[in-house]
Amino acid sequence: MTSSIATPTHSPPPARTRSHRSIPARLLVAPSVILLVLWMVVPLAMAIWFAFQRYNLLIPDEREFVGFANFTYILTDPTLWISIGITMVLVVSVLAITIGLGTVLAVLFNQEFFGRGVARVLAISPFFVMPTVSALIWKNMLMHPVNGLFAQITRGLGLGAIDWFADFPLLAIIIIVAWQWLPFALLILLTAIQSLDTDQMEAARMDGASAMQLFRFVVLPHLNRAIAVVAMIETIFFLTIFAEIFVTTGGGPGLATTNLAYYIYLKALLEFDVGGASAGGLIAVVLANVVAIFLMRSVARNLDT
Amino acid sequence: MSTVTLRDIHKTYVDNEVIKGVNLDIHDREFVVFVGPSGCGKSTLLRMIAGLEDITSGDLLVDGDRMNDVPPDQRGLAMVFQTYALYPHMTVAENMAFSLRLAGVSKERRMERARDVARILQLEPLLDRKPGKLSGGQRQRVAIGRALVRNPKVFLFDEPLSNLDASLRVQMRIELAGLHESLQSTMIYVTHDQIEAMTLADKIVVLQGGIVEQVGSPLELYHHPRNLFVAGFIGSPKMNFLAVQTTGVQDSGTTVRLPGDATITIPVQPRTLMAGDRATLGIRPEHLRIDASNPTLMGEVLVVERLGGETYLYVKVAGGDTFIVQTDGDSRAKVRDRVPVSIDGNLCHLFDGAGQAIPKAERHPLSLTHHPEVPLQTEAPREQTYEQPIQPHEVPRQAE
Repeated sequence: MTSSIATPTHSPPPARTRSHRSIPARLLVAPSVILLVLWMVVPLAMAIWFAFQRYNLLIPDEREFVGFANFTYILTDPTLWISIGITMVLVVSVLAITIGLGTVLAVLFNQEFFGRGVARVLAISPFFVMPTVSALIWKNMLMHPVNGLFAQITRGLGLGAIDWFADFPLLAIIIIVAWQWLPFALLILLTAIQSLDTDQMEAARMDGASAMQLFRFVVLPHLNRAIAVVAMIETIFFLTIFAEIFVTTGGGPGLATTNLAYYIYLKALLEFDVGGASAGGLIAVVLANVVAIFLMRSVARNLDT
Repeated sequence: MSTVTLRDIHKTYVDNEVIKGVNLDIHDREFVVFVGPSGCGKSTLLRMIAGLEDITSGDLLVDGDRMNDVPPDQRGLAMVFQTYALYPHMTVAENMAFSLRLAGVSKERRMERARDVARILQLEPLLDRKPGKLSGGQRQRVAIGRALVRNPKVFLFDEPLSNLDASLRVQMRIELAGLHESLQSTMIYVTHDQIEAMTLADKIVVLQGGIVEQVGSPLELYHHPRNLFVAGFIGSPKMNFLAVQTTGVQDSGTTVRLPGDATITIPVQPRTLMAGDRATLGIRPEHLRIDASNPTLMGEVLVVERLGGETYLYVKVAGGDTFIVQTDGDSRAKVRDRVPVSIDGNLCHLFDGAGQAIPKAERHPLSLTHHPEVPLQTEAPREQTYEQPIQPHEVPRQAE
């Protein structure tokens, strides 16, 4: 009885104070929220709008609503599927290289050795070079079949030169992107290794673990979480690789290095087909979200334990 | 049989010598506790025994075999870490059976072994949990279980209870004592908590600055500390010290004059002290009395700490020293009271100018249990340098 009396008398004040407080709070937050929403919603709405229009910049007057025609055209375009395939190859292989090598390097850079500080800075520095510049460096100074360092070395050894961007264009792109992103993986994984409890390593040593077993049973499980985070962040960036391709191969030869981002660029700015590009963009958004959901699931499960 | 022997063990980090020649015999089934202030080298010594630190010089023998260059896992030892060091991604059972997994034991066999150990430690309901879901005491038990699974010759404990709260610590201490009783294995235990040392140990090793100050049973250290450091380190609250002057040395005891001109005769052997020498008198708070009928010193109460069962009075006595006096819980003493402090010479310790204890004329009956047939230390301890600790009276315990 007392509680039934007490509840109505006690519950209103907190409710009142909450609403009382939240109105100015919401007002104060509003400008930034509105700005953010506009920033996101307007382009998305425009993309959706254009995706249902026939809109080619060469004949801008003939704009009309065409329903799903852009989508059916894009989805039946074999180029789209090739570019999605190339995107996936690019993402998966660069992820594998950066995380695999990054883990090994993180373990090595965690050891004591002479000049470790300098070596760490050097190892991390590729990340500070902007993508266009690093792509140019790789294209003109390293992988160039005539002037490139690799060609000079191999020619010096009498092995002839490899024309990377003609013969192995996708591999060349993968190498460039992996070189850029390896420091990121290394950095995150190194800090993760440093947080590993040394007692745990010692306990495992007393349990009879060899160096490889220490890595397999203690270090790797400890890095699980960091690897998941690296994979997620890198995937988000690798889905939209553009500058490296634009600077080096221009999507070619043929479609050998055309990923989804580059395909959309081709549609919109080389074929001036705004409607088709918008439809492609929406497909890319859907694709990115599908990947993101899977990643979030696996990462969330990892973060849980 | 599992004995551990340390022969002139040294440890040097670059130029910094942290262990300066330790000799120690640890007998089968003995519970040995290393105590000392932080930085005294007790953990380093334990880690050297475990094989986690290299031994700079000297010999480490386990069951008579030299172990200096044997990898940690092949020394037949198991260690329990202060931080537990459980593998967070493995369940309790997997944690405990990890060493067996590395040794290539089949899954059924190792789970069976884990269950057996879990039964001993009452961990059975927790076998499928991960360490993150356990309380501190449970984690500690898993860490002990992980050591038990390996069936080691010697257990090493590195401050295993210091991450637990006070009540849990008492409980785990009792469990550890029971475990030692039931396993009958050799244990080496590092702690800075002297209550753990006193209650668990068969033999306490007091370390300071990388050297062994004294080795002995808990009560031997309590009743017959070899020097000022051990006297001050063992016992809580700390022993009171007072600078005194020797006035007479007889066979029955040495008479000293206290700052307030009172004299006390302490029954110690006539040794190096001469009449007129400066010396230090030590008396434990629990041996001091507030007694108006026979006051040795008068003092002023500075602080009163009432613990209920007993009361600690911080008394400023003549000469400016502050004594801690343990008295009855019902004591009515108040701050700024003048109280008469009575000192019984039989309960006093006497230390010479170098801080070495003058041996008592008679050994305390409870401190004789480990070595009944060995007579009093009659050789002069002064000749034996600090660096060379003596174990004059170690007799292996009878196997039950």
